[in-house]
Amino acid sequence: MKFTLQIWRQASAKAPGKLVSYQVDDISADTSFLEMLDILNDTLEAKGESPVAFDSDCREGICGTCSCMIDGQAHGPGKGTTTCQIYMRDFADGATLVIEPFRAKAFPIIKDLVVDRAAFDRIIAAGGYISVNTGSAPDAHALAVPRDDAEEAFSAAQCIGCGACVAQCKNASAMLFVGAKVSHLALLPQGKPERTKRVIDMVAKMDAEGFGNCTNEAECEAACPKQISLTHIARLNRELLRAKILG
Amino acid sequence: MTLDAKIPSGPIQEKWDRHRFELKLVNPANRRKHDIIVVGTGLAGASAAASLGELGYNVKAFCYQDSARRAHSIAAQGGINAAKNYRNDGDSIYRLFYDTVKGGDFRAREANVYRLAQVSVDIIDQCVAQGVPFAREYGGLLDNRSFGGAQVSRTFYAKGQTGQQLLIGAYQALMRQVQEGRVELFTRHEMLDIVIVNGKARGIITRDLETGKIERFAADAVCLATGGYSNVFFLSTNAKNCNVTATYRAHKRGALFANPCYTQIHPTCIPQSGDHQSKLTLMSESLRNDGRVWVPKAVGDKRAPHEIPDSERDYYLERKYPAFGNLAPRDIASRAAKEQADSNHGVGPTGLGVYLDFRDAIKRESRKKIEEKYQNLFAIYHEITGEDAYQTPMRIYPAPHYTMGGLWVDYDLMSNVAGLFVLGEANFSDHGANRLGASALMQGLADGYFIAPYTLGGYIAGTKLDRVTTDHAAFGEVENEVRTKIDRFLSMKGKQTVDHFHRKLGKMMWDHCGMGRNAAGLGKLLVDIPALREEFWSDCRVVGTNEELNQTLERAGRVADYLEFAEMMVIDALERDESCGGHFREEHQIEGEAKRDDEDFCYVAAWEHQGVGKKPLVHKEPLVFENVKLAQRSYK
Repeated sequence: MKFTLQIWRQASAKAPGKLVSYQVDDISADTSFLEMLDILNDTLEAKGESPVAFDSDCREGICGTCSCMIDGQAHGPGKGTTTCQIYMRDFADGATLVIEPFRAKAFPIIKDLVVDRAAFDRIIAAGGYISVNTGSAPDAHALAVPRDDAEEAFSAAQCIGCGACVAQCKNASAMLFVGAKVSHLALLPQGKPERTKRVIDMVAKMDAEGFGNCTNEAECEAACPKQISLTHIARLNRELLRAKILG
Repeated sequence: MTLDAKIPSGPIQEKWDRHRFELKLVNPANRRKHDIIVVGTGLAGASAAASLGELGYNVKAFCYQDSARRAHSIAAQGGINAAKNYRNDGDSIYRLFYDTVKGGDFRAREANVYRLAQVSVDIIDQCVAQGVPFAREYGGLLDNRSFGGAQVSRTFYAKGQTGQQLLIGAYQALMRQVQEGRVELFTRHEMLDIVIVNGKARGIITRDLETGKIERFAADAVCLATGGYSNVFFLSTNAKNCNVTATYRAHKRGALFANPCYTQIHPTCIPQSGDHQSKLTLMSESLRNDGRVWVPKAVGDKRAPHEIPDSERDYYLERKYPAFGNLAPRDIASRAAKEQADSNHGVGPTGLGVYLDFRDAIKRESRKKIEEKYQNLFAIYHEITGEDAYQTPMRIYPAPHYTMGGLWVDYDLMSNVAGLFVLGEANFSDHGANRLGASALMQGLADGYFIAPYTLGGYIAGTKLDRVTTDHAAFGEVENEVRTKIDRFLSMKGKQTVDHFHRKLGKMMWDHCGMGRNAAGLGKLLVDIPALREEFWSDCRVVGTNEELNQTLERAGRVADYLEFAEMMVIDALERDESCGGHFREEHQIEGEAKRDDEDFCYVAAWEHQGVGKKPLVHKEPLVFENVKLAQRSYK
């Protein structure tokens, strides 16, 4: 297969960036999207040119490292997949692909397709946990958790922190990310004692980091590689309201 | 040098309790005066950094990823073992200990394994309290499943994402300590060397992967939790950036590397499809609970799987190992698959594959039940192969997955370099020559939550530590060496890319130091690896500069280390003239099974660096089995 790639090149955070066009030929349909970029980089390096910087690690859709927009879609085409799980057979032979970094005020560009998502870590640090020191836990069976609650908590806990929700949202909102964590912990009895403080602190941090608000367009849900449901944003709103009332 | 594992005396059940009592304590008010460095934020590193922070030490944690949540522990799918005996099926700490020692083909240290089994139960408690959403039954209590090498159900799981959920639990605990100011976190930082002052590990040199800045960090102790070296094979189930650099560079500074030839080839991975491939993907071993492994009985049978009647299928694991069937341990299942491929019974376009078939399980339990258990695994399989495993059997083949070898550590998880602790997959201690499924998560968290916090405190309380800052001459020397090496990479003006050499090395290692090894092949590697290394330094090219995000430069450093490390791995494989666990010397087998030689090889081989290209010096730690009787390992 052959492709024309329009890739965002930007040498550093402060340098100006632009789309640069590249051709790749002889790509087998079973090549993954990132392997196709590897092949491009091999040819660039062989010519002594700077390869395209992009983040990736596990390459099996679970670590959340890979990112980028392919033709305006976070993690490219395909439902419930990360960029590393996209295969070239998903595109038409001869197609032109526009490849850009995740764009959001809170995710500054580091280089080419690599962005800084540390804001997510800082939101988790603000309260995305249950405060239990090592060694102080009761027996795991001391507390039964209804299976449906556990399943719902799991569905929220699947978030891999990739930032696709933010990148896809026109407001660059992190509500799905924050909603998933607030939901995960609020649904479990272990998370109840800190429930009020957690949601207030995490939302305050989210705002301070410069993420936008949610206007219910559900772009985030559509882009989420783990298909995390918008209902977690609804739960986040309920939790926040509850916390504000209880003060 | 004599290797003293410092195993406490007394009955095995009492060793850890007794040792914990004997370890000196650091007064809570004094802990804040001690700096500890933790490198790596996978299960072992994140749990250690969080726990040490909670205790009150000043912790600095480092990872090369952009977030501490991304380490490759996250990819573990199937589960975590614990001797809770919640199923009332005969499990106990002793049985988990016994299964693990036997599973490791009697090449692990008994006392370490027993302690691992003991703390396994605390891990589950800790994780549940953190909010890890383990699978539950309708009554609200935790569910379990069985895993390879065990006849009890002791594996706790969170769908096919157990590693992810456990790591997020540890990561959140870590971020809580970051918030409280107990842990300072350095992401996108790669450790490039350790600094030893007066025989003690006192710091590290790192490169900021964003800016290229080379930095010095001093501490009273250094913990390496930097994972394994499966990427020496280039193609493995490890993440792209997993590397041996931290442990290998510590090795070059004097830390002994134990049993590097013990590598685990996981039986159920998606077969390679072409030369462009950058990694292999694992399909969880848990699938073997319901999937049946088979190949066509006839050589070269090219019919579609559903056209092959049962009578013409060879369910070879069930046939060869009736007691364990499809749940035979990993090394055995992998070799059995290779045997089928070698005898031209393999399936798929390359012939390097066997079927893992869910037809009977779906018939027995319904498709919905199977979906509930494995949905995400079937989805991954579909994404990669484009095939629907509910309709047609999966094709699987073994792939490098985990490395049991690692830096040598004593019972306290401290290497022979004082103050250098090694946790998780990076050390060698608990899995012997083969790791059982669902044991890596257990070991990583055991080391980080429940062992290192005690033993590290014992070291600090019992050691006179002079004040050392980054101004010490030793830091300057090591930093200079690091800079010189980087300059050398950037001045190479050859024609080939870094990946070219990595792929070449990987193929060589897979062909001759992979699932089957023999003296001739290993001997050939000892000629070919140094030659490839030379070619690397003369014909490789690294573009760009140090003072920027330069992923080629990062890879060059890692590949250069693999090119040296691989040679030690091969020497270890050659000198271990027996078969055991994942180390299969073709010269030593009984009916296709590994034939151990306890008389001559019942020891840990710990290698001391003697210079690049020079044969390392072996130190032997004899393995003494006081509780488990050495026996031919049988799963029949």
